[in-house]
Amino acid sequence: MADKKNRVPVREQAPEVRAKNFEEVCLGYNKEEAMEEASRCLNCKNARCITGCPVNINIPAFIAEVKEGNFEKASQVIGESSALPAVCGRVCPQESQCEGKCILGIKGEPVSIGKLERFTADWARENNIAPVPAKEKKGKKVAVIGSGPAGLTCAGDLAKMGYDVKIFEALHEAGGVLVYGIPEFRLPKQTVVAHEVENVKKLGVEIETNVIIGKSITIDELINEEGYDAVFIGSGAGLPKFMGIPGEQANGVFSANEFLTRNNLMKAFRDDYDTPIHQGKKVAVIGGGNVAMDAARTALRLGAETYIVYRRSEKELPARVEEVHHAKEEGIQFHLLRNPKEILVDENGWVKGLRVIKMELGEPDESGRRRPVEVPGSEYDLDVDTVIMALGTSPNPLISSTTKGLDVNKWQCIIADENNGATTKEGVYAGGDAVTGAATVILAMGAGKAAAKGIDEYLSNR
Amino acid sequence: MYQIVKAEKLADKIFLMEIEAPRVARACQPGQFLIVKMDEVGERIPLTICDYNREKGTVTIVFQIVGASTEKMSWLREGDFFQDVTGPLGKASEWIEDDIEELKQKKILFVAGGVGTAPVYPQVKWLHEHGVAVDVIVGAKNKDLLILEKEMEAVAGNLYVTTDDGSYGRHGMVTAVIEELVAGGAKYDFCVAIGPMIMMKFVCLLTKKLGIPTIVSMNPIMVDGTGMCGACRLMVDGKVKFACVDGPEFDGHLVDFDQAMQRQQSYKTQEGRAMLKLQEGNTHHGGCGNCGGDR
Repeated sequence: MADKKNRVPVREQAPEVRAKNFEEVCLGYNKEEAMEEASRCLNCKNARCITGCPVNINIPAFIAEVKEGNFEKASQVIGESSALPAVCGRVCPQESQCEGKCILGIKGEPVSIGKLERFTADWARENNIAPVPAKEKKGKKVAVIGSGPAGLTCAGDLAKMGYDVKIFEALHEAGGVLVYGIPEFRLPKQTVVAHEVENVKKLGVEIETNVIIGKSITIDELINEEGYDAVFIGSGAGLPKFMGIPGEQANGVFSANEFLTRNNLMKAFRDDYDTPIHQGKKVAVIGGGNVAMDAARTALRLGAETYIVYRRSEKELPARVEEVHHAKEEGIQFHLLRNPKEILVDENGWVKGLRVIKMELGEPDESGRRRPVEVPGSEYDLDVDTVIMALGTSPNPLISSTTKGLDVNKWQCIIADENNGATTKEGVYAGGDAVTGAATVILAMGAGKAAAKGIDEYLSNR
Repeated sequence: MYQIVKAEKLADKIFLMEIEAPRVARACQPGQFLIVKMDEVGERIPLTICDYNREKGTVTIVFQIVGASTEKMSWLREGDFFQDVTGPLGKASEWIEDDIEELKQKKILFVAGGVGTAPVYPQVKWLHEHGVAVDVIVGAKNKDLLILEKEMEAVAGNLYVTTDDGSYGRHGMVTAVIEELVAGGAKYDFCVAIGPMIMMKFVCLLTKKLGIPTIVSMNPIMVDGTGMCGACRLMVDGKVKFACVDGPEFDGHLVDFDQAMQRQQSYKTQEGRAMLKLQEGNTHHGGCGNCGGDR
C-alpha cells in the first residue's frame, strides 16, 4: 500500500560524484516506483493540480494510466496538452504549480507529478511512441520565430491543426534556451531535447537554422515575399544584464549567458569540442535565480570553488528549491545578503577579487519582497578570479526594431494579448520571454499554446 | 550545409573563400559580418563580409590563421562545406544611408591594415559602383602579406601601398602615409580604418590630432553574434557597447582601444593549448606540473 504522506523517493547521482561530471543529476523513477507513486494520487474530481498547470495537462487522468501500467495511454493524455513532457518533467517549477496545488501537500508531500511526467515521457521515448501528424492540411503557412519552448509548442499545436509550419532559428541548433541555457546535468541535450525537437518535426514542422529574423530577413518580407499567412514570435529574452560596477570589463567577468552558451550550446566542457571556456579556480556567481544556480553548478563541475553572491536572504532566492538544494549538496557556498560593489582587477586586466558589502532587509518593495539595504562600512573582499553575472535577461530588440507596427513596452517586451498572443500588428502573434521578460519554460509553452489557438482563430476567419 | 565554391590562398596564412549562403548574400550590406561554424565541434567564428554576389547567392570571406580553428578552416577546399553560415550580423556602415551626391562631394580616406584589407574592399567597391572615388591606404607587414592589391586598384580612386619593411610600395606605417597626404594638402572629411586593433588605435590618435572623423570596425571575441552573450562588449565614449549589435563600426575617437586589446587576450591560454594540440597531438596533460594541464 502506498504511503499517503511521503512520496516515493527518486534516485539521484550522489553529490560528490555528480559534482565532477555533467551527467544528469536526477535518475528518475523506474516502472515500479512510478506505479507506486501514481497510486498515491487521490484522483480528485475537482483536480486543483490541472489549474496549476500553465498548459492544463489532465494530470489525474495520466496518473491513473501510470498507476495501471498503461504508459502509452498516459503519454497520449499528456501529449494532448504538451509537446515537451520530457523537458517539463525536468525543469518545471512544479512546487509552485501543479504540485503546489495537490491536496496531499496539505498534510504531507504532494504527488510527485513532475517525476511521473518525466517517467511517462522517457518511457514513450524509449519505446518509440511517436506523435501522429495531422491528416487534413489547411493549406496555410505560419512562420514561427525561435525554436525555444514557446516556438516549439506553438509550432507543434499549429501542425496538429493542419497548418504548414516553419520555424526559423537564429543559432545553429534548435531548442533555444533548452539548448544554450539549461545545462546538460539538468536537461540532457541529445536524449531529451533533440528528441522532443524531433517529435515536433514528426508532426510536419520544418526547422531552418541560422536565420536571424530582422537581419537575414524581416517579418514583413516573410509575409510579403515568402507568403506566410501569420507569424508567431517566440524569440525569448536573450540580452544579458550587467551591474555597471567598476571592474566589470576585466578579463574573467562573464555574463551567465556567455558562460552557459559556451558550455551548453558549444559544449566547451568536452575535450573534443573546439570552443574554449574560462575555468576559474574561485568563481563568484552574482544572482539567486535558476540561471545563477546553473552557472554556479557548471563552474563547480569545471573544477572551481564556487560561491553564490545574492543580495537578499535565502527565503527570497528566486531559484527553484530543488536547484538550491542540489547546489548546496554539491558544495556551492552561499554568500547571502551580500552585494558586489567593485570587481578588483590586477595589473594585467584580470579579475583578482570581488568587493562586497553586507546587506540587511528593510521594508517590502513593489515586488512584495523586503528591500535589501546596505550596511554602511561593511565592505570586505572575496578572493576570486572569475565573476559571472546572472542578473536576468531582457528581450532582444533585433525583431521589434525591424518590424513596423510591432509595439514594445519600456522593457523592450513585445506587447501581446495574453489570451491569444495577438500583437499590435495584424497577423503577428508573440509569446514567451519575448513578451513577459525572462520567466519559465512552462509559461512560455502556455503562451505558445494560447497563440496557436489565436492564430487558428485568425486564419479560420479570414 | 553551405558549399565553398571558391577557395584561394591569398598570402602566407591568409585565405579567401566564396561560400553559398543565399540568405546572407541577399540581405548583407558593406560593414556587416557573418558567423561560420566549420563542423559539429567547431567554434562560431565571426568574419567581416568581404564581398557578395546576390544573383549567385554567395558571400566571400577572408581570414588569417590565428589559432587552431582558423588553421583547420584553412584546410577546406572548393566543393567542401561549412556546416553553418549565418548573417548578416551587425549594422551596415553608416554612410550607406547618406545621400550619394553629397558623398561624391566628400573627400574620403580608407586605411586598411593586413587582413583588414578584406573588409575595406566591399566598402570601397560599393562607393566606386555608386560613383564615389576614395583614397585608399593599404598597409602590410611585407610584400608577401599584401592581399587584394589588384582588386583594390580597380575600385580605389588613389591607392597607396606601404609595407613595414619596405619590401614593396612605400616603406613604413600607414600613419606615415596619412601624415604625408595631409601635409600634401589633402583635406579629408572622414576616414574609415580597419585592421589590427593596434593599427586602428594609432590611426585614431593621429586623425584625432588632424581633426578627421574616423570610423573603425571592431572585431572582438564573440559567441552568438546576436547580442546574447556580451563577450564582445567594449567601452565607447564611456558606455558599454556590444560590437555585434551596436557595431561593429564605431567612432574610433571614442573607442577604448587599450581595454579592447586587453579583452582580446581572454582566451589566449586556451587558444595556445588548442594550437599545440593540433600541431603535436594530444600530448599536453599537465606533466610539466606548472599549468594544471587540460583541467
